[in-house]
Amino acid sequence: MNSVEDVLVPNGDQGRYPVDGPAEPQANAVYGDATAFEAERTPVLTIDGSSEAGLELGDLWAHRDLFYFLAWRDVKVRYKQTALGAAWAILQPLITMIVFTLLFGRLARVPSEGEPYAIFSYVGLLPWNFFTSAITNSSNSLVSSTNLITKVYFPRLLVPTAAVAAVLVDIAIASIMLFVIMPIYGVGFHAGLLLFVPLVALTAVVAAAVGIWTSALNVKYRDIRYALPFVTQILMFLTPVIYPVSFVPDRWRWMLALNPLSGIIEGFRDAIFGRPFNWGGLLLSTAITAALLTAAAYVFRRMEQEFADVI
Amino acid sequence: MKPIIRVRGVSKRYPVRQGKTYGSLRESLATAFKAPSSLLKSRNGSDRRADNSHFLALHDVNFDVEPGEVLGLIGSNGAGKSTLLKILSRITRPTAGHIELYGRVRSLLEVGTGFHPELTGRENVFLNGAILGMRRNETARRFDEIVAFAEVEKFIDTPVKHYSSGMYVRLAFAVAAHMKPEILLVDEVLAVGDQRFWQKSTDKMRELNARGMTIVLVTHNMWLIQTVCTRGILLEHGQIAAEGRPQLVIDAYRRAAESSRQESVITSTPAKGEATVMSLQLLPLGEWASEREATPESGVRLSFVAHIPAHPRVKFFIRITSPDGIPFFTVYSELQTVPSSRRLACQAEIPRLMVIGGDYFVWAGVCSDRSQEDIVAQAHVPLFVSDLDASQAETGLFYNRANWEIDRTGSQSGA
Repeated sequence: MNSVEDVLVPNGDQGRYPVDGPAEPQANAVYGDATAFEAERTPVLTIDGSSEAGLELGDLWAHRDLFYFLAWRDVKVRYKQTALGAAWAILQPLITMIVFTLLFGRLARVPSEGEPYAIFSYVGLLPWNFFTSAITNSSNSLVSSTNLITKVYFPRLLVPTAAVAAVLVDIAIASIMLFVIMPIYGVGFHAGLLLFVPLVALTAVVAAAVGIWTSALNVKYRDIRYALPFVTQILMFLTPVIYPVSFVPDRWRWMLALNPLSGIIEGFRDAIFGRPFNWGGLLLSTAITAALLTAAAYVFRRMEQEFADVI
Repeated sequence: MKPIIRVRGVSKRYPVRQGKTYGSLRESLATAFKAPSSLLKSRNGSDRRADNSHFLALHDVNFDVEPGEVLGLIGSNGAGKSTLLKILSRITRPTAGHIELYGRVRSLLEVGTGFHPELTGRENVFLNGAILGMRRNETARRFDEIVAFAEVEKFIDTPVKHYSSGMYVRLAFAVAAHMKPEILLVDEVLAVGDQRFWQKSTDKMRELNARGMTIVLVTHNMWLIQTVCTRGILLEHGQIAAEGRPQLVIDAYRRAAESSRQESVITSTPAKGEATVMSLQLLPLGEWASEREATPESGVRLSFVAHIPAHPRVKFFIRITSPDGIPFFTVYSELQTVPSSRRLACQAEIPRLMVIGGDYFVWAGVCSDRSQEDIVAQAHVPLFVSDLDASQAETGLFYNRANWEIDRTGSQSGA
């Protein structure tokens, strides 16, 4: 049988809740020396009817393992009961690339800044497909976790963000495919490719910002489910996925710049084709993304309070 | 010693929605246009609509829990027990009030929350552990213990969709039982699983408590309250109606159930053209302890009127269940041919109840000739059974008698 201390203060298990001051001595005090315990006692947790919600980042950090497991479960389960399995992650962008190359590259003759249109569109589709499947997965995540939300406490922010993280596997697979077809079209590897990973991360953050927001709205308004596919479809044409930014008349460029994805997709193309980066554009995209994420997180925190009652 | 949980003035109000569980954007936009201020108000948590559109699940609840206590929360369905537990475990927020918790809290409101059927037992243990708030290395350290407790060693790498329901529940409970919080909140989760496992899990709870864990338990099981809890709280209509020694609170609960029984001869309200069971009445048969209290030895006569327009052939049934609907037995009639659109007066007698003291529902109903599961109409009334011998602790589900023969001469064995 374990000793009392072992039971009450398991190793590495402090700080699950926002604690003022060190957690361990306090927990010891509760069961150790009664007088010491009475002298300095702050609640491990208080619940108030009226308190405003902060971001409680410490609580998120304490639950980081759950983030990992939620994403991992999603990945494990996603391609179960499909005949092709993870091959879908390659087939989707590949087939779209072929169709787009024939349709926009050959027939409509959309310019591709002198690069092979196939690679040009694949590089655009890579982050774009990731973005759309991430926000779709994310916006449904809370509603499909109803059983968790009504039965156990954890920071709800983990659900939509883990749903985005789970889709990272798809973009990883699709990226490998890209590196395979690049030499076929005579596109070489450049040092700029080093930025590939940070760009994927930035796309993930944009998707998380949108997903956090739409997932919370979806709890209350199931309209989101119908609106989202339609909105993303329109958004694709407002994002330089199948055309270059240079294709857009100068006076409309500022609108593209406001869309963080356009800066990111251009960044991806610069990385693949070894062109100089548009650092200003990337910086603007990052700033807009950060603002979006913060706003979404605050909206989420406020709506979160009634999830269990409304869902 | 100071309390480990302090609950002060906690209330919880739910908006009542008519037949709708979630809003549509259109509805909210319409509300916003009609009364633009209403959206702003609701954000501050103040009244959005008139009071009759709200349901007060908890109203000004105050209590303390001392370290090491096992507190049992009882009350009829809808009394606010589960809401209180959900507030304590931070799943939902109180509308008003203040709670202080002086220890790490884990809650177990359902066995196997987040279990995924496609994942193996091993994978689910880690996933479920994380959901319950355990770190990965913590789960890893207790993994062997968990699997041994659940007795599923052989199948730990099989997807849980292939598990029997017993194995599933054992594994799920085992994960939860190996959390080591200072405060554990449990909601009626032990009502699942077989008798042996039930014993094992209640033993586990006692053991955890003996090691200093504070437990708050919601249950309908009076036996559990009597044997495990150190104190009880009775909730009625969202307020504390009684508090104290388990037995006192159980008695208060029975009295409350008793007094509400007088008002409630439950009849289903008939919709036009639908089958109904009406004016269900219980009449004493044999010796009753009092006017409204049966004993395990006494019987009941059920008298009811059935109206069955659309089914030419039916079976009648009577059934005894616990207040939360767990059936103890059901007796069916022969298949009956029903004359069209007539009210049938039916009577059924149960000569001896053979259930232990406690609260029950007695049901009368009609099922179609296709299947006994296909219930056409039913109604129920409460029944209170008191023990014949109050000094004997009530254990088990059924009442029976034994003829004892004890040889007092002390015969030698193996001689």
